[in-house]
Amino acid sequence: MRGDLSTALNPIPLYKQGVEEEKSELARLSSFAGAMAVGDLIKTTLGPKGMDKILQCSMSGGPDAGKLLVTNDGATILSKIGIDNPVAKVLVDISKVQDDEVGDGTTSVVVLASELLRETENLLAQKIHPQTIIAGWRKATNEALRVLEGIAKNNSSNIEQFRSDLMNIARTTLSSKILQGKKEHFAKLCVDAVLKLKGKTDLQGIQIIKRLGNNMSDSYLEEGFLLEKKIGINMPKRLENARILIANTPMDTDKIKVFGSRVRVDSVAKVAELELAEKEKMKDKVNKILQHNCNVFINRQLIYDYPEQLFAEKGVMAIEHADFEGVERLAQVLGGEIVSTFDTPDKVRLGKCDLIEEIIIGEDKLIKFSGVAEGRACTIVLRGATQQILDEAERSIHDALCVLSQTVKEPRICYGGGAAEMLMATAVSQLAEKTPGKESVAIESFARALRQLPTIIADNAGYDSAELVANLRAAHTAGKSTHGLDMEKGAVADMVELGILESYHLKRQVVSSAAEAAEMVLRIDNIIRAPPRPRQRDMRHH
Amino acid sequence: MPSVGTLAFDEFGRPVLILKGQDSKKRLFGIEAHKSHILAGKAVADTLKTSLGPRGMDKCMVSPDGDITITNDGATILSMMHVENEIGKLLVQLSKSQDDEIGDGTTGVVVLAGALLEQAEALLDKGIHPIRIADGYELAAKIALDHLEKISETYPLDLKKLDPLINTAMTTLGSKIVNRCQRQMAEIAVNAILNVADMERRDVNFELIKVQGKVGGRLEDTLLVKGVVVDKTFSHPQMPKQVQNAKIAILTCPFEPPKPKTKHKLDITTVEDYNKLREYEKEKFTEMIKSIKDSGANLVICQWGFDDEANHLLLSHELPAVRWVGGPEIELIAIATGGRIVPRFQELTAEKLGFAGRIRELDFGTTGDHMLCIEECKKSNTCTIFVRGGNKMVVEEAKRALHDALCVVRNLVRDNRIVYGGGACEIACAIEVAKEANKIPTIEQYAIRAFADALESVPLALAENSGFSPIKTVSDIKSQQIAQKNPRLGVDCLNKGINDMKSQSVIETLIGKRQQISLATQLVRMILKIDDIRLPGESED
Repeated sequence: MRGDLSTALNPIPLYKQGVEEEKSELARLSSFAGAMAVGDLIKTTLGPKGMDKILQCSMSGGPDAGKLLVTNDGATILSKIGIDNPVAKVLVDISKVQDDEVGDGTTSVVVLASELLRETENLLAQKIHPQTIIAGWRKATNEALRVLEGIAKNNSSNIEQFRSDLMNIARTTLSSKILQGKKEHFAKLCVDAVLKLKGKTDLQGIQIIKRLGNNMSDSYLEEGFLLEKKIGINMPKRLENARILIANTPMDTDKIKVFGSRVRVDSVAKVAELELAEKEKMKDKVNKILQHNCNVFINRQLIYDYPEQLFAEKGVMAIEHADFEGVERLAQVLGGEIVSTFDTPDKVRLGKCDLIEEIIIGEDKLIKFSGVAEGRACTIVLRGATQQILDEAERSIHDALCVLSQTVKEPRICYGGGAAEMLMATAVSQLAEKTPGKESVAIESFARALRQLPTIIADNAGYDSAELVANLRAAHTAGKSTHGLDMEKGAVADMVELGILESYHLKRQVVSSAAEAAEMVLRIDNIIRAPPRPRQRDMRHH
Repeated sequence: MPSVGTLAFDEFGRPVLILKGQDSKKRLFGIEAHKSHILAGKAVADTLKTSLGPRGMDKCMVSPDGDITITNDGATILSMMHVENEIGKLLVQLSKSQDDEIGDGTTGVVVLAGALLEQAEALLDKGIHPIRIADGYELAAKIALDHLEKISETYPLDLKKLDPLINTAMTTLGSKIVNRCQRQMAEIAVNAILNVADMERRDVNFELIKVQGKVGGRLEDTLLVKGVVVDKTFSHPQMPKQVQNAKIAILTCPFEPPKPKTKHKLDITTVEDYNKLREYEKEKFTEMIKSIKDSGANLVICQWGFDDEANHLLLSHELPAVRWVGGPEIELIAIATGGRIVPRFQELTAEKLGFAGRIRELDFGTTGDHMLCIEECKKSNTCTIFVRGGNKMVVEEAKRALHDALCVVRNLVRDNRIVYGGGACEIACAIEVAKEANKIPTIEQYAIRAFADALESVPLALAENSGFSPIKTVSDIKSQQIAQKNPRLGVDCLNKGINDMKSQSVIETLIGKRQQISLATQLVRMILKIDDIRLPGESED
């Protein structure tokens, strides 16, 4: 029939031009390939002997153009490489969420998810339905989280013990980073900083100042507070018993804010008069500020020459243009109020500190506040030989601080060095033996994926992973549930003695979010890809 | 060639152009048009078929900007599929209208329409006129709908016993990724709806339920807040993070110097003017704060921004304040706390204040994100479902799933008749339609029989997705249904060993099912009536 022929020969376009569709097997293939590629990419960074990556940002566009980055941090690596595979993007997203939630474990979560998906490939080849696998995984996840909770310990009631736990956690986190050589030093630094926050998880109170030069071990935690600003000219460079007024108010020209007002005069003389009035207004304002009986005035906004001069005359130190976070931190440290109106001097709480002085770190001048009233914020000064080292050190410190602050909030801990993973794997394997039906195979695969984490850690360190992991497994089956891998000696050892601890919250989040992501990927049987949005031609250069 | 028919010739054999630019236009008509429609419709339905049922799979959509959506929801899949084919677009709209009207069953309706089109193709090959097929479908749909009413059951809507409602919500959630914590989500949906339902009017105002997502944590951490959660924080970092027994002033006027609305210019010509204006400005701020203080409020929620000075004045007068709260949110807060939205400071009085037992700031993770949680409100019938999840896609999908569940529960509140899911009611209707078909004396008989076959496509797809042999399973159930006269037998997707959907409590709403059948039939009728498509040809450039 002619009609049929023409329908057959003219394919009916269903989608817009450029839309790509991948179905069932093909879609699964492409999603697993993406997941495994991402997993393989970052799995070499896992563990204390993991390697770093160099990332070179593309040479054109963006503020980071051409910048070089050396890092070990999973979230940073993944956020910087451009990824097109949709499933890989899911993995990037979970590592980002892990970073936002807990701050560390960003590599583990991606590696675990990709190992889960690697296992799935075999299961699908055995013709097991994805939904059956998912059902098995859910049981496995619950079992894993149950035993993890079982081993989690809470030492927060005993302050001494808790502090040493925190130190151990900090050491464990830092041991996989560039700072491992000085981990004792930095662990103490981080624990001190976090304990200063007094249970708050908001890390804005901790400021990290990076300065090139010197050695990493010259980094220190400033007892007081550092502000990256200069003191105005002709003002005292050193001040004892400072009474500080922290303000957020325009000190350039105090504008009249009533909408639509403008100055219209008929002679030059009147302009001069008005100018005088404006100056008068500013002077009034300065006088009002002075009535607060302060000898330091810190403003978030600019201070123009005229008011600055007025302050200098009265011997008041004026610091301008402290950024918003700086002002907030200062307010927290000094215990003062951020002020914008100056009519009620008796009500305003001033900040206090014993000494303000200008100090020099490297080549830059900074203002140091020491002997502060409330030390709920602090400054960590990092020193290092190159910018890359400093950047990586900052990221490592940030990771450690995040983990520690989360641990203060949820004080339970569990054991690192692959101990927690092996514990979960053993329990999940036992569950698999008890479960009838095809789900059992899926549960077993979950256990295998968990066991991959210690294997990768051992591989990265160059040890015989098969031997080590088998030993570890035997130890766990024999009931030694705190045993893990000692990467210094390359042997199985008790993690309690070595003090390799991790936060329970972190481990739980790794397992649950990796399982969630893997499940989500496994449920996909169709990928529809819209054509990229056509770029508008840039007409500016024509 | 199909386009030959568009040309007319005069007596010398020269073509007469009837339509402008006729040779560049494409045209498809007659049986070929029908065939191409059916092919397109089937293709769309085939894509969705694998998403049907509790063991259905998800689809992953990549947007033009590279963003990813992973979903199981038919309407969402279709709307993001970038379908260009005309008939495909009709199906997209079909699914959308099911979504707007019922909220659930968006996949099922498309699968049914696809099956109806497929059956029509066979009938067309037999040489039956499309209109007769369309009429036959119409008759058959009527029979099916009547039968659906007959087998439906009235559901006890008892506010003390929530289990039946939860079961229905669970059926809806069963096919989504959230089925890991199905029960919890279902309870959240039911509680949310009952919280806001107006039992006398039997209606539910969806505006009172807000679904707010926040990446992080686990799906299990999702919770129902009887109150409002807004993604905002207090305007000054030193304001208290928690307020008990808050009396709230809800303002839609900015804490800024007044802006006269008339077009004007305010000229300053002398020094006195300048000073006067300065005074005036200061007075205004004090006046604003005073009017709030006088009304007795101890918390300010404002739709607009604050001037730095005003912000500090609020702090020094111990008035915690929230700024830049969006329109819908401010309405929600007003409803929840029983306050009135005040557009001018002068109108602020004590009666217009809202009340909330507790307002606190929630902190998340390591990035310093904050949200405000307003609880224990005076009128507690607004609520917020706060969704957590391990990644962005899960949270989005959970929000969609919850929306579906909310819709289903609402439908039950509106009309508490139900039918059984798992393909049970489709099979029952198919049996009835096939039986009635034999009584019809005209050609429509064939179309009606075809309709019965099409109805079975839903249980077939369910069985296939669950990994059973589809034809064997469905024919088994069918014979059992007839033998036991039990319309509750369906496909046992979860492999529980029984296929009585009542004991598995797989329940769907009657209106949802009815809507599916009538919408799908309507659309297929419309497609069958089209016999000519004209497409603008590709433009010259």
